[in-house]
Amino acid sequence: MSALLRIPTVLRPAMDGQSTIDVEGSTIGAVLAQLTERYPAVRGQLLNDDGTLHRFLNVYVNDDDVRYLGGVDAPVADRDEITLLPAVAGGAW
Amino acid sequence: MLVITPAQRDAMIATCIRALPDEGCGLLLGAADEVSDVVASPNVAASAKVYEIDPKVLLRSFRRADDEGLEVLGVFHSHTHSPAYPSPTDVRQAPDPQWHYVLVSLASVPAQLRSYSIVDGEVSEEEVRVREVTA
Repeated sequence: MSALLRIPTVLRPAMDGQSTIDVEGSTIGAVLAQLTERYPAVRGQLLNDDGTLHRFLNVYVNDDDVRYLGGVDAPVADRDEITLLPAVAGGAW
Repeated sequence: MLVITPAQRDAMIATCIRALPDEGCGLLLGAADEVSDVVASPNVAASAKVYEIDPKVLLRSFRRADDEGLEVLGVFHSHTHSPAYPSPTDVRQAPDPQWHYVLVSLASVPAQLRSYSIVDGEVSEEEVRVREVTA
């Protein structure tokens, strides 16, 4: 069972320059754990120290934001497409 | 350098005025340094001091860029009461060194629009060329 993960340009340098990779795992948490094991440098951009999703990372399974699907517990099915996109945010202070 | 049309400049400023009293924001799609589309986004932070692009707009824009052979070139947002210069928050959260960061200041009339690159916390202003469109 595998899903396709789309990597945003800012994370590609730390992930061998790849734009997509095949990942295994039945939940987003399992997929991200596998990813951070393979690429420890990106851990801080994906997860908080307690293993929850980083506030400034958007994770989608197909068209759905995983925040509304249980966060790291969101299910991943065979041939799903997972997209990581860092939040675009800022402000006047 | 960032190349925009007068209509795109006006669309960015109009988006920011409509968002008042909150900050307005949106994404820029295009190729090389030339903008082809200004995509307005709700400010999901709903604040006069911070902005966040709607994650749904973000996903849709990246998908559309992929489908149409474009890139997401950057982001614009407004400062409602301060100059068109990136704040420490903007610099800290700048996700992509390739991006153009457009600031629209509504602190004065007319609105000011400026563009910057932010690389490793280093802010550099860049030229904004407003390309006249001939019919």
